[in-house]
Amino acid sequence: MPELIDLARAVAEQADSAAGEAVEAYVSRGRETSIRVYGGEIEQLASAESAGIGVRVVRDRRQGFAWVGALDDQGAREALAAARDNAAYATLDEHAGLARPDGVAPAELDLWREELAFLPTESKVELALDLERRVRAGDPRIRQVVSSDYADAMSESAIATSTGLASSSRRSTCYLFVYAIAGEGDETQTGFGYSVGRSSDDLDVETCSADAVERATRMLGARKPRSSHLTVVLDRRVTATVLGVLASTLSGEEVSKGRSLFAGRLGEEVGSSQLNLVDDPTDVRALGATAVDAEGLATRRNELIAGGSLLGYLYDSHAARVAGTKSTGSAVRGGYRTTPGVGARAVSLLPGTLSQEEIVKEVGDGLLVQSITGVHSGVNPVSGDFSVGAEGLIIKGGELAEPVREMTIASTLQRMLQHVRHVGSDLEWLPGSAAGLTLAIDDVSVAGE
Amino acid sequence: MAAAKEELQKSVMTLTEPSLVEPDVLERVLSSSLRHGGDFAEVFVEDRTTTGIALDDRRVEELSSGHDRGAGIRVVVGDTTGFAHTSDLSEAGLAAAAEAAAAVARQGGGGVRRVALELTTVRSPNEVLVLPSEVPKGTKVELLLRADDVARSKSNSIVQVSAGYGDTRRRIQVANSDGLLTGDDRVRTRFSVVCVASGDTGMQTGYETAALTVGFELFEQRSVEEVADEAARRAVTKLTARPAPAGVVPIVLRRGSGGMLFHEACGHGLEADHIVKDSSVFTGRIGEQVASPLVTLVDDGTAGPNWGSLAIDDEGHPAQRNVLIENGVLVDYMWDALSARKKRRASSGNGRRESYQDLPMVRMTNTFLLPGSEDPDEIVAATPRGVYIAHLGGGQVNTATGDFVFGMTEAYLIENGRITEPLRDANLIGNGPDVLGKIDAVANDFDMSPGTCGKDGQSVPVGCGQPTLRITGVTIGGTAGA
Repeated sequence: MPELIDLARAVAEQADSAAGEAVEAYVSRGRETSIRVYGGEIEQLASAESAGIGVRVVRDRRQGFAWVGALDDQGAREALAAARDNAAYATLDEHAGLARPDGVAPAELDLWREELAFLPTESKVELALDLERRVRAGDPRIRQVVSSDYADAMSESAIATSTGLASSSRRSTCYLFVYAIAGEGDETQTGFGYSVGRSSDDLDVETCSADAVERATRMLGARKPRSSHLTVVLDRRVTATVLGVLASTLSGEEVSKGRSLFAGRLGEEVGSSQLNLVDDPTDVRALGATAVDAEGLATRRNELIAGGSLLGYLYDSHAARVAGTKSTGSAVRGGYRTTPGVGARAVSLLPGTLSQEEIVKEVGDGLLVQSITGVHSGVNPVSGDFSVGAEGLIIKGGELAEPVREMTIASTLQRMLQHVRHVGSDLEWLPGSAAGLTLAIDDVSVAGE
Repeated sequence: MAAAKEELQKSVMTLTEPSLVEPDVLERVLSSSLRHGGDFAEVFVEDRTTTGIALDDRRVEELSSGHDRGAGIRVVVGDTTGFAHTSDLSEAGLAAAAEAAAAVARQGGGGVRRVALELTTVRSPNEVLVLPSEVPKGTKVELLLRADDVARSKSNSIVQVSAGYGDTRRRIQVANSDGLLTGDDRVRTRFSVVCVASGDTGMQTGYETAALTVGFELFEQRSVEEVADEAARRAVTKLTARPAPAGVVPIVLRRGSGGMLFHEACGHGLEADHIVKDSSVFTGRIGEQVASPLVTLVDDGTAGPNWGSLAIDDEGHPAQRNVLIENGVLVDYMWDALSARKKRRASSGNGRRESYQDLPMVRMTNTFLLPGSEDPDEIVAATPRGVYIAHLGGGQVNTATGDFVFGMTEAYLIENGRITEPLRDANLIGNGPDVLGKIDAVANDFDMSPGTCGKDGQSVPVGCGQPTLRITGVTIGGTAGA
């Protein structure tokens, strides 16, 4: 197998520099295993290798792109030729171009666990089976374990540009996921648990199973609440989801295109003074950590909100040129099939001092939100309108009380940031691009009966 | 459209074009897949080419083209499925994937099993008149520029427009150890516009899309001007919108995009994989009244050029029309090959997968509610107070509890039987079986709309549709008093 970086370089070197052409090649290869068990047996076992190359060409200040789902010379030639042809059809863009070396050295991050590649399939199956057994045994009201999954991926990528960037990176990831149904009489409730890591040693079967059992069983007896305005306490998983959306509104590209509710608000107070928001892909605890961004620049720690004031936006090299600033190393891409765009990888709020239990006690009366649905359809990053389906537990007299479901919680992102009452101390890195912690927000509309 | 006839010839030809992989190679790969035992083996071969063009901020930012080619092989032993995929379509590449997929057949004792394939051809539910690959790139780019102009000329308050064009040609070949050998050649074309309008109360967005399982003739049925105009109108309308109510109100769902609600509210719960695992609220309810007698729900992969149409599913089973709920009574679920095998019945042609890199599972195709008899305007007129939902965005469902959410992207208050003020975006939330029982009026109009359905990490194109109808009470997740 040739080194990915050599493949990428070989393509980038074909740039017709005399004609002012710049070429970028992004090459990736991954080996994945996924296992689903059901009823003590393997239901699915999939193993696969996939690879591909994406080529970006900028010529006469126009960009073209093409990809091929193969890693051979013919594929690379096909992609380069198509990208060149495609470039002719783009509108002239004075800011078009590839990233250039900016003198920032990539951090040394260890994101690869060789041993994961050698973990026998039997051990992976056993992890999933163990998880399923534990959930079934976790509570007599667990009626069904719909699926218990183990999956891992060993991923490598390389990027090279004719502008002088070349880097490669690799990472290993694995996870356990279980989906359980609890029942009592005619009633059914669901809950899931997961655990994620870079090697199987990081996986916590115990917590994963306990989470699924607790989340499913504690919803039994849930009713639809009355409509009201109250303080909501967002569970860690929920906060991470909300932060993911919030980070998308801080993309410098969206800002310059007039599609961000935070456009033109640099330096202004956009939230409670307790809010400190950072995107730091060099933090190895984050699952989205990476030393090099999707354009080949070093990633770095970017402070976005400090003490409630908006400090900055995220940029890739194009958005930075448009805004007259420098890239923050925030180019992301969804694999070899897409061009880079701006995105956060490792967003977190700096933790406060109170645990979830202490926050619940202090809030006194409110709602603990265990999960939300409809985020994609219900949160508008342009207008800030926020309305999502929710389930959780009523907080009464500082204690968790009866479960509630089939309701929505609604506000606007702008108002929610202003009304943050507590930031929890329980920071946890979760799958996706954000870390979770408990977050209490005042004056949120709950729609039920 | 002068070349239309010629193009038609071309697209019909493709069915008899040389196979992606020769049948004798497929026979050998299938035989070797079952070498260690196993009940069933299948090779799914795919060659997919796509074109995407994105316009944003007044510029065609890029034109991208892609090509994927590969095969997924599965081997089923009892209740266990082994799966592997490869982008190497040589016999050696396929054999290596077959070996990996067959690893689950550990019990051995397989012996020799020879597979002989017999070719079956299935007619496409619609013709493709103009293959997008035959249309000059410049012509496609021109569409986006026109959409940008139209949207911006709609109103001074339109401050940003983005538009996307995409076409896909997906040629597949399916062969299995039952001797099936078949294929399909699917062409899909889509066009979408998103507008941002800005006013005194902040910014609002409007979205509209046109997407059909056809070639470039999509634009004869739906002009880019129409799509752009609709997106712009939606954004501008909401500038004067007031917050949606919070609480339970009657809703009237305009024909078309409301079909997504039934896709979520009950469609997913009628997928047999959920039924087999007892993880659907509809398990064991065949023959029961599960909805208002006004409800007849159909899933139909053969429904003309709609976004979810196909000649065969991704297991090689011909697409078909399946009545799921008839006059409120649950008639049947949707089945793929594996769930059907477990219940010893036939597949309903609902086994789909995103690509050769994925295992098939039970998926919807075009799912819609059949029209009733009432006049849509009279349904509104007979609603003293409520919410009129003209356009729904995406949604999500928990099949085990039936709880679903949905985004309203264009909605109005109904006051005294009249549609009045526009409302800001909000989610609505409900429970599938509950909502199905609360449908008390169904109109004689009908429309379909395209969508993308995600399940277990795989996205597939689907169509949804419904006549204008009323639901007596749904929870709207706004912030104002109901």
